[in-house]
Amino acid sequence: MATILEDSGFNPDKVLKIVGGNPVKHDGPDKVTGRAKFGADLLLPGMLFGKILRSPHPHAIVKSIDVSRAEALPGVKAIATRDDFPELPAGSPFGDMTRNVMAREKVHYDGHPVAAVAATSEAVAKRALRLIRVEYETLPHVIDPVAAMRPDAPILHDHLRTKGVDGAEHMPTNVVERLDLAMGDVAQGFAEADVVVEREFDSKPMHQGYIEPQGCVANCNEDDQIELWCCTQGTHVFRDRLAAILKLDAARIRVSQSEMGGGFGGKTGFYGEPVAIVLSRKARRPVKIVLTRNEVFRCTGPVAGTRSRIKMGCTRDGRITAAEAELIFQTGAFTGSMFFNAPQAMFTRYALENIRTTSYEVVSNRPKVNAFRAPCVPQIVFGVEGIVTELAGRIGMDEIDFRLKNAAVEGYRTIYGDTFGPIGFVETLEAAKACDHYNAPVAEGEGRGVAAGFWFNRGGDTTGSLTVAPDGSVTVMLGTSDVAGSRISISMMAAEELGVPIDKVRAILADTSAIGNNRVTAGSRTTFSSGMVIVDSARKAIREMIRRAAKIWGVTEEEVTFEDGQCRPASANVGDFDPLSIAEIAARTSVSHGAISGHSELNVTGAGPGFGVHIVDLKVDRETGRVDITRYTVVEDAGKAIHPLQVEGQYQGGAVQGVGWALNEEYIYTPEGRLDNPSFLDYRMPVASDVPMVDTVIVEVPNPRHPYGLRGVGEVPVVPTLAAIGNAIGNAIGIRPRSLPMSPPKLLALMDAAKPGGA
Amino acid sequence: MEELSYAAPASLADAVAMLADAGSGGRVLAGGTDVLVLLHGEAIAPKLLVDVKRISEMQSISCSDGAYTVGAATAGMRIMDHEGFGAAWPGVVEGVALIGSIQVKGRASMGGNLCNASPAADSVPPLIAAGARANIAGPQGRRSVPVEDIVTGPGKTSLGTGEIVVSFGFPRRPPRSGDCYLRLTPRTEMDIAVVGAAVDLTLDDAGVCSAARVALGAVAPTPLLVSEAADALVGTMVDDAALDRMAAAVRAACNPIDDKRGTIAYRTKTSGVIARRAARTALERARNS
Amino acid sequence: MAQKTHVTTTVNGDGYEFLCEPGQTLVDALRNELQLTGTKEGCSTGDCGACSVILDGDLVCSCLTLAVESDGKSVETIEGMADGETLHPLQRHFLELNGLQCGICTPGILIAARALLQRNPDPTETEIRYWLAGNLCRCTGYDKVVRSVQAAAEEMRRD
Repeated sequence: MATILEDSGFNPDKVLKIVGGNPVKHDGPDKVTGRAKFGADLLLPGMLFGKILRSPHPHAIVKSIDVSRAEALPGVKAIATRDDFPELPAGSPFGDMTRNVMAREKVHYDGHPVAAVAATSEAVAKRALRLIRVEYETLPHVIDPVAAMRPDAPILHDHLRTKGVDGAEHMPTNVVERLDLAMGDVAQGFAEADVVVEREFDSKPMHQGYIEPQGCVANCNEDDQIELWCCTQGTHVFRDRLAAILKLDAARIRVSQSEMGGGFGGKTGFYGEPVAIVLSRKARRPVKIVLTRNEVFRCTGPVAGTRSRIKMGCTRDGRITAAEAELIFQTGAFTGSMFFNAPQAMFTRYALENIRTTSYEVVSNRPKVNAFRAPCVPQIVFGVEGIVTELAGRIGMDEIDFRLKNAAVEGYRTIYGDTFGPIGFVETLEAAKACDHYNAPVAEGEGRGVAAGFWFNRGGDTTGSLTVAPDGSVTVMLGTSDVAGSRISISMMAAEELGVPIDKVRAILADTSAIGNNRVTAGSRTTFSSGMVIVDSARKAIREMIRRAAKIWGVTEEEVTFEDGQCRPASANVGDFDPLSIAEIAARTSVSHGAISGHSELNVTGAGPGFGVHIVDLKVDRETGRVDITRYTVVEDAGKAIHPLQVEGQYQGGAVQGVGWALNEEYIYTPEGRLDNPSFLDYRMPVASDVPMVDTVIVEVPNPRHPYGLRGVGEVPVVPTLAAIGNAIGNAIGIRPRSLPMSPPKLLALMDAAKPGGA
Repeated sequence: MEELSYAAPASLADAVAMLADAGSGGRVLAGGTDVLVLLHGEAIAPKLLVDVKRISEMQSISCSDGAYTVGAATAGMRIMDHEGFGAAWPGVVEGVALIGSIQVKGRASMGGNLCNASPAADSVPPLIAAGARANIAGPQGRRSVPVEDIVTGPGKTSLGTGEIVVSFGFPRRPPRSGDCYLRLTPRTEMDIAVVGAAVDLTLDDAGVCSAARVALGAVAPTPLLVSEAADALVGTMVDDAALDRMAAAVRAACNPIDDKRGTIAYRTKTSGVIARRAARTALERARNS
Repeated sequence: MAQKTHVTTTVNGDGYEFLCEPGQTLVDALRNELQLTGTKEGCSTGDCGACSVILDGDLVCSCLTLAVESDGKSVETIEGMADGETLHPLQRHFLELNGLQCGICTPGILIAARALLQRNPDPTETEIRYWLAGNLCRCTGYDKVVRSVQAAAEEMRRD
């Protein structure tokens, strides 16, 4: 029998009773009544409070740490420093990870942890931190990635040599890697072009901006088994990495996930969690660590800032003939920006044959970056889609028609080697062209922008279980994280398979000791992948129920079918049997073969790429450079919207995150290398009055590799936003900005420079 | 480090005595929306917080013969909800309405906004433009000074040890008067002013500006009263030429810094724009009053 | 150790007593002394609104209120919003219209929205957006938050 990966059983003609509806999510009632437990909400008897001492310097040697006075403070139960973490080789993946959690030889950024205290109250822990003496030898620092690439730049890591460059073995550097990715003949492609546009762009790091600061409780018992409660996008990844950096058996660490108050990629890596474990092991009591907002901004993963030079050419009749890019990504103090996504995704959606890209990842004295929806892609697409719009304008073609003419379709072989299956970029562009917004006139004094985006969508290791209780109700066990509604969507797929009402199904998020491995919830993979293993599990349970029914009726399994939640004789010839419902079969399990369940572990493949087109109208205050977004529409292919309200929410939330990134959000450093705006006040995320309603158009071009045809929808919604807003500003003021964020001072300067005679 | 204590006296005399006794370790707690941020951010380490919200004089809004007195600890939402005061001083209420969120204004007061001594405090330029006086109580008794005399630098005031701003006294409103406060921020709400401008003006029977006051925020170490800008309006119909001269005077008065919230060039350039817009609205209000 | 202060307060109609340090915030006391963890702390500086509560009728940030200031006062939190098993119309419409995704900002938004509708039963979209400007949400883009408030307001006006 073919596996679900080989044959998903997708049937476009299947009449769906639950999938495509909008039931209330089962985790919702606890969230509207204050009962849902997030990372900071667990209180345990005997619990201590942990606080972390952080470096005030962006770059310094840690010469000594004296904790004696802090240790003597009544109420202090444990102190952790670098000496409490196993020494792992600098420059190795786990060596970097442990050094980011607790500085070892050097501190590499403002806020880098150097020590931690667990005490009977937060107030005592804070007092103890003030008693710790750290002797630093400060070093010159470098914040800007281009400055960090210069030969005379301060070197962060003595061991670092550039990967991908011949002859670099003896040259200390801040350049982690040079990555060349190309296809076709770019020189020939540009030679065929009638119009060539080349531009430079830059972007600043921004923060994921989840409202819940990281919070955790670690509890080490007397057998040195560790329970960790935390808000995480990946319990198993946390467990395995914690085991590696603490040199413990993974089986000793049980990671349970709280409800998660937003992650967007930023909770794929840990910060205070290993520190809490070390403190709990020393104190032999539970230890809670909750980061402050200041710590979240200074020390947890922002998004990579970038510099880029992008060149594209097209023929007069609108065919893009070649594209070229040189990209620089700042990864913060340690590697891990996932910059390789950008050269793979930046042009992918257009059926280009000739592409050449060179990308660099660079360390500097900033916090290590972390994932954020389509890591490293939106800030590069900001440039690409600006040029696409400019090319369309140069040849006098409608910009959606231009994109349609170049749109990739099934069978296109991408720069990263995959060949597209059925995809919906053309359908998405057509839906954008047909939507009300695109056909409405642009209001006087406003500008309209359009941009398109792509994301691979991901699969990967996924495990899930489904059990049928004796009364026929169903438990779904997931090992992935629910970032915004995957539990209900996956429960809906289980209910659809089993033919039971959605109210008969409940999903739980299992801990790492209760369920097998799951990759992080990231890359738009969870509803797709966990949905796949739960459908697989449900189908296994159905096969089992058919077997039971056959046994009860004394017929062969081939003579039993399952539909609408019931086993029935496959034909009138089988015999005159009343249908057996799931509940009836489940009630008799003790006389047949025990409980009914299904289980599935897969390395999920077949994720269908996603495409989106954004349309935005805005006005720019000519005297101040302020931007007001007046209308916004997201058009995106979901494959199949399992729970359309959740899908719309992904589109709308992504767009507004992009609005913040486009207009105001950025990391600002002082000349001393300290983060100058580590607060919501000065970081300036969009508030409710900053944005209009966000209209959505859900396109559904099914992905046949999934039983219900779905594509991930977590990443694409932010990919085109920056570019769409940039293009709209360009149309409003006549100059397309090339630097993010497009903040009022920058726009005013652009407008002034364009006036006759300059500023 | 000394431990913190908290007191909430019901009388002004007790509050003054406590603060005088605590010396530099004493701090007034009104709405607390700045003090508690500073306290928990470890930017200040007072040994005594004197909560003045139980002192009725500091929590009331009264009007005598058209002249308003507003308690310095009166929460912003109370001021915004006071119809009579809002009709008389819409510009002051605009300043109050921009002090943070609804939640923040549920606590934050004009007294706190002034005494926190931020150059960007939103209620201060309209108070200055209105010609409001700060009524002060201290160990030496009571005194009253123009609001513009309180802030002496970022985080610094002219108040002596034990002195508390009790209330703000507003002048009687002449006919054909109007005020307006506008600020420039990247977002619509929840930001600190990059530039703030308040304009108060009075017209004569013929519509000629007979009196004006122009005050700026966030463009210098303290909020500024710019008499040259006011002079540019007085004696005119507040036409474009007068507004141009006023904007030029505003720009000339700016002495801002480059920081995370704005650059010198940007602040200077936009100060004239914002002051001009504020003057237009103040003019309209004066004409319609 | 700092001298602790004895506080007697009413939370959601129930009397409570607790001890707190002078500098301790109300959100800290609600969560850690009274174990009412429905009120969330997102920033501690009054910029996110997750800790919104009603203090003697005023909508405030409990991170910018000292615990001692609740002495003799009445506090309303998310835990008191539903009437037993009956959800408040705002709670119900947030569920039905997906006005929440991760849910961390939801208690604060619900408390703030209820305060709005008590003052203004028929707010415009703009009034809702400006009233909720002190409540950051990073998931929803605010669209479904605003729609949920509009739907609840409409139902409450009908009833």
